[in-house]
Amino acid sequence: MTEMVYGALPVRDSEPILPKWARTLDKWSIGCVLILFLIGLLLGLAASVPLAERNNFQPFHYVQRQAFFGGLALIVMIVTSMLSPTVVRRLGTLGFLAAFVALALLPVFGTDFGKGAVRWFSLGFASVQPSEFLKPGFVVVAAWLLAASQQINGPPGKLYSFILCMIIVGLLVMQPDFGQACLVLFGWGVMYFVAGAPMLLLVGMAVLVVLGGTLAYSSSEHFARRIDGFLNPDVDPTTQLGYATNAIREGGLFGVGVGEGQVKWSLPDAHTDFIIAVAAEEYGLILVLIIIALYSIIVVRSLFRLMRERDPFIRLAGTGLAAMFGVQAMINMGVAVRLLPAKGMTLPFVSYGGSSLIAGGIALGMLLAFTRARPQGEIGDILRGRGR
Amino acid sequence: MSRIPLRPLARILPARDKGENPDIIERENIRRRHEEMQDRSRARAEGRLLVLSAFFFCAFGVIGVRMGHLATSEAVEPIATAHSATIAQQRADIVDRHGRILATNFETHSLYVQPPHLIDPEHAAKELAKIFPDLEEEKLVTLFTGKRKFDWIKRKISPEQKQAVHDIGDPGLLFGPREMRLYPNGRLAAHIMGGTQYGKEGVNAAEVIGVAGVEKQFDGYLRDPANGTKPLTLSIDLTIQAATERVLAGGMKLMNAKGASAILMDVHTGEVISVASLPDFDPNNRPRPPVEGDPSDSPLFNRSVQGVYELGSTFKIFTAAQAVDLGLVNPGTIIQTAGPFRVGGHLINEFDNHNYGAISVTDVIVKSSNRGTGRLALQIGATRQKAFLGSLGMFDPTPFEIVEAAGGKPLLPKRWTDLSTVTISYGHGISTSPMHLAAAYSAIANGGHYVSPTILKQDKPQLGPRVMSEQSAAAARMMLRKVVTDGTASFGEVKGYAVAGKTGTADKPKPRGGYYRDKVIATFATLFPAHDPKYVLILTLDEPSVMAYGETRRTAGWTAVPVAAELIGRVAPLLGLRPTVEPGALTGIQLTSSN
Repeated sequence: MTEMVYGALPVRDSEPILPKWARTLDKWSIGCVLILFLIGLLLGLAASVPLAERNNFQPFHYVQRQAFFGGLALIVMIVTSMLSPTVVRRLGTLGFLAAFVALALLPVFGTDFGKGAVRWFSLGFASVQPSEFLKPGFVVVAAWLLAASQQINGPPGKLYSFILCMIIVGLLVMQPDFGQACLVLFGWGVMYFVAGAPMLLLVGMAVLVVLGGTLAYSSSEHFARRIDGFLNPDVDPTTQLGYATNAIREGGLFGVGVGEGQVKWSLPDAHTDFIIAVAAEEYGLILVLIIIALYSIIVVRSLFRLMRERDPFIRLAGTGLAAMFGVQAMINMGVAVRLLPAKGMTLPFVSYGGSSLIAGGIALGMLLAFTRARPQGEIGDILRGRGR
Repeated sequence: MSRIPLRPLARILPARDKGENPDIIERENIRRRHEEMQDRSRARAEGRLLVLSAFFFCAFGVIGVRMGHLATSEAVEPIATAHSATIAQQRADIVDRHGRILATNFETHSLYVQPPHLIDPEHAAKELAKIFPDLEEEKLVTLFTGKRKFDWIKRKISPEQKQAVHDIGDPGLLFGPREMRLYPNGRLAAHIMGGTQYGKEGVNAAEVIGVAGVEKQFDGYLRDPANGTKPLTLSIDLTIQAATERVLAGGMKLMNAKGASAILMDVHTGEVISVASLPDFDPNNRPRPPVEGDPSDSPLFNRSVQGVYELGSTFKIFTAAQAVDLGLVNPGTIIQTAGPFRVGGHLINEFDNHNYGAISVTDVIVKSSNRGTGRLALQIGATRQKAFLGSLGMFDPTPFEIVEAAGGKPLLPKRWTDLSTVTISYGHGISTSPMHLAAAYSAIANGGHYVSPTILKQDKPQLGPRVMSEQSAAAARMMLRKVVTDGTASFGEVKGYAVAGKTGTADKPKPRGGYYRDKVIATFATLFPAHDPKYVLILTLDEPSVMAYGETRRTAGWTAVPVAAELIGRVAPLLGLRPTVEPGALTGIQLTSSN
């Protein structure tokens, strides 16, 4: 009767996209990302002023750019997180192919901006670092290959993904960009680990990393200097590390005060690699601990959610993305406190940098897409169990 | 668990009988196996993800803790550390035989600049140029505004200069502690000390290394920390060294010589009590070696050990002593010194073409007869002469322990002909250093033993192998005493100290062969007191000439001898020698018995 009067209820084949997104999303993680982005803007207000002054821009030039790119990155992130894992896989693979070609073409068309390493394409208004975009794409492709290898009669995905990984590492080392190379290697290693690597092989790989590091140490002066600087117990106060350490000490628990910091004037990379030193100096240990907590919440929470995931591809891809994100943050901060040798690595979402922000948005969008709550077929287990 | 085959016959055959498709059974089995695999891998992944989460949690925790530790630690004044290996410091002192300081160390500072830290480079350069007049302001400005990150400005600065630089107040100007070698006696014993320079330099210290003299010879000992603060004790006596240099400098001036040297040596121990070479230098500020001209004209040249000269008639005593020692003659044997005396086609002449006639061996020495010694030498023969001079150490550099001594290598004739034998018998055709002569005269003085000259203090006599008999040495001493009392060295008599010695005047060789007629090396080799010699003194004047009695005199008797006499008169009391006072004529008293 009702149907006759009011017409049939519209048939829904599935839930609408936005509400479903909002319902299934890991709200804690996206909240943390938003806070990190805001902290990044706040620190940018302090750290990028000297750079703007040096380059004869108005004081908050870089903050504006950061806000623009950050907004773009957030949109990208949200859109990506709305995609289904299958679509993410498809787009990710396409993106990987594009980024891989771009990376391979760097020696021909790239510029080094006078920093001694060809890592960027200059587009006039902005510069693009292909390796930043390659990372999430590579994770997706490698996860796909690894997952496929778990099928009966599947392709030898482990070998393929390893070869791919080595090619990329080789290209990155040629730039040279040992930081990104390590990151890619680490991301692959983590995925392989979760995909069920034999323990013996893991040990073997650790040995390989050590050998590679030794080789890089002996062949690249740039690399060797940084390692030497790390191994030397006395910090030369006139190096970047010396300034960073001093800034953290000056900051103490509550910082020297907003805008009062000195380190940003002496460090050329204060707005990127050593932004944590600026945070520590101006806002103190409190802010640093908050930043560390935010990163660890995102990483650990994502990993916990992935633990319940039954689809091997989603599990592996999510693990790879989360691990890379976490390790990048860890290395950046570890360098500032001299736990790790000096390595040019940005703090994701906090450091200044257009490429890094948007690539970070894509990566986190993918991660959020993978960690969304979805039916895991637990009922099948129960039924199956009863059937036997 | 046994594996289920994908197509178990037990199920396939009944299915076929029923007309069902057996592939369905295979597919179902594949699915089941797949599920099992997935379950296994998920369980493993769960565990590994937990491990991974724990790793990340811990890693972030460690970073947080480390941040907290850094943030709560006290900010310390950054101190730049030197990365170079530590440089050995604290060079041992050098003292004289009585423990008086000859060389010691002094704490000072070096001045260096780190241009990137300069606040006002122009001002700093201007002020520095005011403090150090030898620095040029323009050069400093270029340095300070250039790309260099570090440079030395001054190796050593005084405390006053340090304060003045400090008062400029520029943080780019920095001081490094330095240990400086100090010779508090200035020029005294300059050639013995030699000097030092900085070796490896760091910001915090610099190595001090010896460049000459005992500083170089004993560099290893002086730098060895194992020796602690034990100083190096030399045989030099500071007081006597000072007297020697004073008298020698005065004598050199009086005699218009361009150089002079003196060696005072203990004949029993070989210790060199004082040794001087003029002109000299200040080892605190050692001059650079000359790049042009004759190196032997440089103040750095040590005439007493490096200068090899034909020492002339001073050698005659060796010929006479050997002839006596071999029993060929005794001091009273008459020798014919009348000419002509022709050897190997060369005519041997006396000084001023004298003719002494037939005289005793003693008179040959006293009158310094070339033909007399030449005839004695021919009796001895080349072989025995060579052996004797060799045993006196005349053929090798002296073992004297300063690095320059190795450079004093005697010049010998290439072929030792009869002519060589004759000329060498009176000191021509063989060039040795005054130190060689000192060692050889010591053998005559101490009764026939060779002693090697040494710069290190000795506690007991260091007599070497016997080179002549006691009696021959005594006979030679008597001849030498007569040279002073009746002969060419009559100005050498010092009242109370029986001086014995032999003069020698040798024409200087021209660089291209032949000899100068108006340039001589005048030498007086003495030993005193003659009856029981304790010391040998060799005094050499380079190109002396003095006007006396209306004549330009160059011979040693007029130049070196008076200087040596003055020197002995000064140093003999300092050496603790008692003058032998001869009783004068006593007025009003008649001696009743003379026996």
